[in-house]
Amino acid sequence: MKQTKLVFIFPEDTVEEPVTYNLIADYGVRVNILRASIDPGKQGRMVVELGGEEIQISQALNYLESLGVVVAPLAQKIRHLEDRCTGCTACVPHCPTRALDVDRDSWKVSFDSEKCIVCFSCLETCVYHAMSVEEQFA
Amino acid sequence: MAKTIEEINAKIRSGKVVVFTAEEIIEVVREKGIKQAAREVDVVTTGTFSPMCSSGAFFNIKQQKLKMKFGGGFATLNGVPAYAGLAAADIYVGATAIPDGDPRNGNGRPGKFRYGGAHVIEDLVAGKKVLLKSGAYGTDCYPLKAREQTIGLEDMNDAFLFNPRNCYQNYNVAVNLSDKPIYTYMGKLKPKLGNAYYCSAGQLSPLLNDPYFRTIGIGTRVFFCGAEGYVAWPGTQHNPTAPRLENGTPQTPAGTIALIGDMRQMSGEWLRAVSFTGYGVTLSVAVGVPIPIIDEDMLRSVSVTDDQLKAPVVDYSEYYPLGQGEAKLGEVTYQALKSGSIRIKDQKVPTGSFSSYALARKVAHHLKQVIEDGDFLLTQFQAPLPGAATEKEAAK
Repeated sequence: MKQTKLVFIFPEDTVEEPVTYNLIADYGVRVNILRASIDPGKQGRMVVELGGEEIQISQALNYLESLGVVVAPLAQKIRHLEDRCTGCTACVPHCPTRALDVDRDSWKVSFDSEKCIVCFSCLETCVYHAMSVEEQFA
Repeated sequence: MAKTIEEINAKIRSGKVVVFTAEEIIEVVREKGIKQAAREVDVVTTGTFSPMCSSGAFFNIKQQKLKMKFGGGFATLNGVPAYAGLAAADIYVGATAIPDGDPRNGNGRPGKFRYGGAHVIEDLVAGKKVLLKSGAYGTDCYPLKAREQTIGLEDMNDAFLFNPRNCYQNYNVAVNLSDKPIYTYMGKLKPKLGNAYYCSAGQLSPLLNDPYFRTIGIGTRVFFCGAEGYVAWPGTQHNPTAPRLENGTPQTPAGTIALIGDMRQMSGEWLRAVSFTGYGVTLSVAVGVPIPIIDEDMLRSVSVTDDQLKAPVVDYSEYYPLGQGEAKLGEVTYQALKSGSIRIKDQKVPTGSFSSYALARKVAHHLKQVIEDGDFLLTQFQAPLPGAATEKEAAK
């Protein structure tokens, strides 16, 4: 099974289409919505993790393309600037996936970018500016 | 057996002093017992590294040939307003000051507070220059009416931090009982007890190791952001009458100290500007206080452990800002707080801290090292803090 994190950008006229339902019901892919901002009548943006067989995913992506949905690899990456981190742990309770965690002996905060869903919680929480966003256009 | 500061200093000078951090001493006491350890150990070092809002710096700016009276005029450093109500060339920059143009919490959005007084202090300590803009009304002796210049610490006669309140002896654990997220000086609190923040080094925290201020008083020399600093006065809001556990430690925020130290001796490693989303700018400060083991009681105090220290859980959605509702939702130990979650109202609540235990430990180890190296001597305070235990009380 393949898993991939993607950004869907919905044109105004598709926002009212039950896209997520169709992806699951018609294409059998697993859709895990990590972040979404969708307003009817406006452009929408959704960060999802798609899971399924390669063929299911590619058919699902074709369906999205037919609707005019722009699909891009997750274009932002969070970085942990260790030299700015004090190990205070303020970010830890806000990280939904435990990508940020602390070793409770050394009190060193670690960051696992594989687990990161780019929710920006840490950016808002870290008072030392030790978390930053990197734009990646793939 | 009672040891004097002078006896301890003699041992520091001769390189025979025995020093442990407030964390290491716990194991030493467990192994050797109070009596033997009190004979053998001379000094225990504490440490903390945490945002401390009541911080700021005094600067005396070198005059140019044509002199100017800042006093009664205005001055900004990198756009951050300084207080200019002192003599001709003295100004004060508070850590929480923010530039006029900062959007703050405008448009209903939590502000980012990217730059403020603390950042000015951090930049100057890092050796950077900042832009001074100032204006004055002009007098016969101080004719200059405007001055704009980039300046660094070398352009000042004096630059010292003078923090009216640091090192709170214990602190609240902040939670949010409401149904929407709130942005506070204790961080972003998720609704319905979604998380809890604490802010103390617990067993390493200076004033929790000397709960009755037996050795920490006015004039005590401390490690302060890399410099040798001093306790200048009791801190603002110093409250020695807080309720206490049997081991003497307070159950609520209690004692505080005002600290003073030369910025030229400080380093960016031990002082950091911070931005609290939705709240503001402040300064994180490193403080380490050496505690002389003058007797067995003093050793007992410094060997306190996180499971013997308790903090009150306070709701910051209603009780703190409005004074309504339950004053205290419970009491938790620092051991529980540091485990990653606590229980409040039968709910498991994840915890985080703004005080860095990693850096508190580093401060305590650093101070231990400089004392062992003979580079830091202990002081007898000149006057006790209000509420300090007298020798008679301590003997009880």
